[in-house]
Amino acid sequence: MAAASKKVLYGLYNDEEDLKSAVKSARKSHLDIMDVLTPFPVHGLDPILGLSESRLHILGFIYGAIGATFGFGFMSWALARDWPTMFGGKPYWPVPSFIPITFEMTVLFAAWGMTITFYTICGMWPGAQATILDNRITDDKFCIAFDVTNSEEKDVSGLQAFFSKTGAAEVNLKTI
Amino acid sequence: MSQPVSPVRHVLIEGNKTYHNISEDLCSPTEKAPSKEWIIAFTLSSALLGLYTFAVIWTIWKGIGEWGANRTINWAWDITNFVWWIGIGHAGTLISAILLLFRQRWRTGVNRAAEAMTIFAVMCAGQFPLIHMGRLWLAFFIFPFPNTRGPLWVNFNSPLLWDVFAISTYFSVSLLFWYTGLVPDLATVRDRAVGFRKKMYEKFSFGWTGSAKHWQRWESLSLILAGISTPLVLSVHTIVSFDFATSVIPGWHTTIFPPYFVAGAIFSGFAMVQTLMVITRKVLKLEDYITINHIDSMNKVIVLTGTIVGVAYLTELFIAWYSGYIYEQFAFYNRVFGVYWWSYFGMMFCNVVSPQLFWSRKIRRSIWWTFFLSIVVNIGMWFERFVIIATTLARDYLPSSWSYYSPTWVEISLFTGTIGLFFTLFLIFTRVAPVVAIAEVKAILKVAGDQFIGPNAKKAHEHASQSSEKQEKH
Repeated sequence: MAAASKKVLYGLYNDEEDLKSAVKSARKSHLDIMDVLTPFPVHGLDPILGLSESRLHILGFIYGAIGATFGFGFMSWALARDWPTMFGGKPYWPVPSFIPITFEMTVLFAAWGMTITFYTICGMWPGAQATILDNRITDDKFCIAFDVTNSEEKDVSGLQAFFSKTGAAEVNLKTI
Repeated sequence: MSQPVSPVRHVLIEGNKTYHNISEDLCSPTEKAPSKEWIIAFTLSSALLGLYTFAVIWTIWKGIGEWGANRTINWAWDITNFVWWIGIGHAGTLISAILLLFRQRWRTGVNRAAEAMTIFAVMCAGQFPLIHMGRLWLAFFIFPFPNTRGPLWVNFNSPLLWDVFAISTYFSVSLLFWYTGLVPDLATVRDRAVGFRKKMYEKFSFGWTGSAKHWQRWESLSLILAGISTPLVLSVHTIVSFDFATSVIPGWHTTIFPPYFVAGAIFSGFAMVQTLMVITRKVLKLEDYITINHIDSMNKVIVLTGTIVGVAYLTELFIAWYSGYIYEQFAFYNRVFGVYWWSYFGMMFCNVVSPQLFWSRKIRRSIWWTFFLSIVVNIGMWFERFVIIATTLARDYLPSSWSYYSPTWVEISLFTGTIGLFFTLFLIFTRVAPVVAIAEVKAILKVAGDQFIGPNAKKAHEHASQSSEKQEKH
């Protein structure tokens, strides 16, 4: 990969409440947070961090609609157009009979479409190499990371002061 | 504390756990050498799996004639087992999806294992329609694809075909839901592992980092998957019941089947979750995470669904009498007092009478009673499917073709063999992945941990005052 390595300054907090108040004060002083990493979804973090709502569910609806159209359309084409077949004296185009499979196809497309989209936009796939700042982030540490690759000494010490002021348990510099 | 906590909420995590304790306790079963109990259980279940393989090969080699099924009772243990297994699978989706939508926190202790159970149960269920075809190599005929038959398409009017779509969709969606939930926990295992194990878990955790944006999308995905899995799980057993209800056989041709089958599915599924969880929490020492409160909640679901099933049985009898239709009346008279009377009474006792014991709080909260009754319910639900299938077919329209059915060793081996398949998969699962959802348990720690609510609430005040002191300092 051509991307140059990044220098990351990150602080680890022991509690999600400490993390949230730290993120709040970082946003107040206009610090440019690279990422916030937590061991579990911390509720109430997204608005503080300024994350906009995920649009994954809109895609879910679209995938579902495609599935429904495909399922219903295929069955209609197969039984009424391609090889019209009369089953038990019922019409060639038995719409009520198509409901169960149309529903299943809706769910199938929505679920697979959303899941594949989720992994793609998160950059995750089987065997993807995670850039792990600290092994304890998936255990019990809450992390705020700043990209300091192009920062001056003064800014870095400012960030360090921010970490100690907001009660970070540890502050480390790592090149990833 | 981020969320208001009601004083009536149950403690769901005992033992004054920290976040680190949770990772430690839930990952350690995958990190230690297997215990003696595990090895014994695994040996037994893989022996049963071996028996299953043998019986499948025997069936395919010799043909369906090796079964006790005959021209009158042409659906026998095979379809009974199929419906039984698929029903067991439903509890996992109910716990993971419906209880997520209802925001029931106790689901976090059992959802991961219950979802795994769903997947394994559906795998067991899927075996039966396939081997029941007899000529397994023609199984691809069930799929609609351009073929040498014309192309003559499959019959999209048939509930048996709807089943193909319903069950394959159910299996694959459950797998996605389960695995996506598992990814953050596999990352936890990865970050604790070294050497070869680390390499493996790096592959399986898909490069999860725990970024806030990823969590947000992960939660959005989980919620939507839960939202679509809820009608999906209801549709699956509804369609299974259509296999019977859309036929013109008295005793099967009833509109009550879909809700009755769904309630029965949840009922048997919860019983199986109880059977598994009571053992798992003991063997893996997870009593702090799968507490008596969890068991109590699940027993409440069992008594509810058991009662729904009971009402359905009685409604069937009433409607048969009230219809004034003699064939329907004969079918039900025969179901209760006919040649298979013992299976009807077995079903009534196991499914309707025995779960009523769970009205008692003491029995609901007793491990031994729970374990015992969960087995009884599993047996009862198997009887239910047998009653519906065999008794109805044994006395059909033509008295000259009336018949009796009893299984051969091949069918018995196939059934017990799928139990071996199920437990083999489950035991492997307990070794390679955390059985309890680590991240989800951590997320509810502050609203359900015993240091925050319940009799130890004093500590909660201490904690609150500590954190407010901290904030003042800031």
